[in-house]
Amino acid sequence: MTQTPACTVRIASPLRSYTGGAAKVAADGATLSEVLADLDRQFPGIRFRMIDEQDAIRPHIRLYVDAREVKSLSEAVGACETVHVICALSGG
Amino acid sequence: MAETLWVGTRKGAFALRPDARRRQWRLAGPQFLGHIIQHIVQDPREPSVLLMAAKTGHLGPTVFRSTDRGRNWREAAQPPAFRKAGDGETARAVQRVFWLTPGHEAEAGTWYAGSSPAGLFRSEDGGERWEPVAGFNDHPMRPTWAAFGTPDGEFLHSILVDPRDPRHLYIAISVGGIFESVDRGKDWTPLNEGVAADFLPDPSAAFGHDPHCLVQHPLVPDRLYHQNHCGIYRLDRPARRWVRIGTAMPKKIGDIGFPIVLHPEDADTAWVLPMDGQTVWPRTSIDGRPAVYRTQDGGRSWRRLDRGLPERSAWLTVLRQAMCTDHRDRPGVYFGTTGGDVWAGASGGERWHLLVRHLPEIYSLTYAA
Repeated sequence: MTQTPACTVRIASPLRSYTGGAAKVAADGATLSEVLADLDRQFPGIRFRMIDEQDAIRPHIRLYVDAREVKSLSEAVGACETVHVICALSGG
Repeated sequence: MAETLWVGTRKGAFALRPDARRRQWRLAGPQFLGHIIQHIVQDPREPSVLLMAAKTGHLGPTVFRSTDRGRNWREAAQPPAFRKAGDGETARAVQRVFWLTPGHEAEAGTWYAGSSPAGLFRSEDGGERWEPVAGFNDHPMRPTWAAFGTPDGEFLHSILVDPRDPRHLYIAISVGGIFESVDRGKDWTPLNEGVAADFLPDPSAAFGHDPHCLVQHPLVPDRLYHQNHCGIYRLDRPARRWVRIGTAMPKKIGDIGFPIVLHPEDADTAWVLPMDGQTVWPRTSIDGRPAVYRTQDGGRSWRRLDRGLPERSAWLTVLRQAMCTDHRDRPGVYFGTTGGDVWAGASGGERWHLLVRHLPEIYSLTYAA
């Protein structure tokens, strides 16, 4: 069986309490959904802080695969691409 | 580390603890700096356990649990969340866990949570895993009951569990009304007769009212009070019609406010914190002169308590979860303001003094024994 190469996920600072402080982690998956599932397997609870119970990306979270913003969890994640998790912070 | 006032703020959780003679209070914290802490509640069945409703500005809502009186916290394995919407259904996601209530004494580990948008959730393992209460969340009338919302969204609060019967529940929805269940949440009926709703097209409607804070006396559970957008009310079950006891407040003060708290022993004694509800709804101290009002006769009369509070130019706002009492014979009364001050009223509010200033905006102030 061919294993999907792990991609790199860059973790926004508000989520690093789940990753033990790590700003970059590896996760397996051919789609964003699979990557997030693997992320949650490694760091339980992290997915729900970014993705709600209707599988929608939360309003103040932005997800990118390399330089392209992603709105759908079915987006393909290519080998060795980087997933960026960005938290849009504003106000006080 | 026993008696504690837990302060939930926009920027973290704080704790205030008195010295042995209760002369000085020491501030601890913040814990979870930067997190929005909506509510912190002790489990009266297991006093070392507390739950905390939290989120950050951008991350999803969650619940934290402590089993050592708040020294350490661990996130719930499965925070409150609506079920997945089916085809054609309106999909809802919890934006905020707004309210936490421990379950009945006979149901160890049971908790209830209220959310924004208005949803009801139950945990049966001490707050680790939460399930939607389908009887409310999927009730055919729920979309109508919770249709209106507030500028801050619609939310479900003031979850009450009858100490005599774990199946008997009350909830309140802002701009929705008060609802009752007698079958552990499987079905619900409105309980708003006698409550004014001046803003509704049909003021005699069965629901749509705006209860701000609903309380039930622990020793006289047939006695309920609530502070509403349109007055202060009392209900003595099995009656269904609320009585507006706020009409006994001074006319210049009125009976608008957010919190209402009860004496831990005496069902006739309650405290409210009137706010300005005129025109555009400032929701600050009336004329800039903050005061707490107390009744000791079930609402037939009210007495102003302001000794030690600022006499002028003090525009305070106190949110519905930010007032509490302790369990002393002549209980202390406490409130926290959106300006970050915590005030203590000794001997039932007879004399007030400032415990701490300059905290972030206070959302909740709760007492843990």
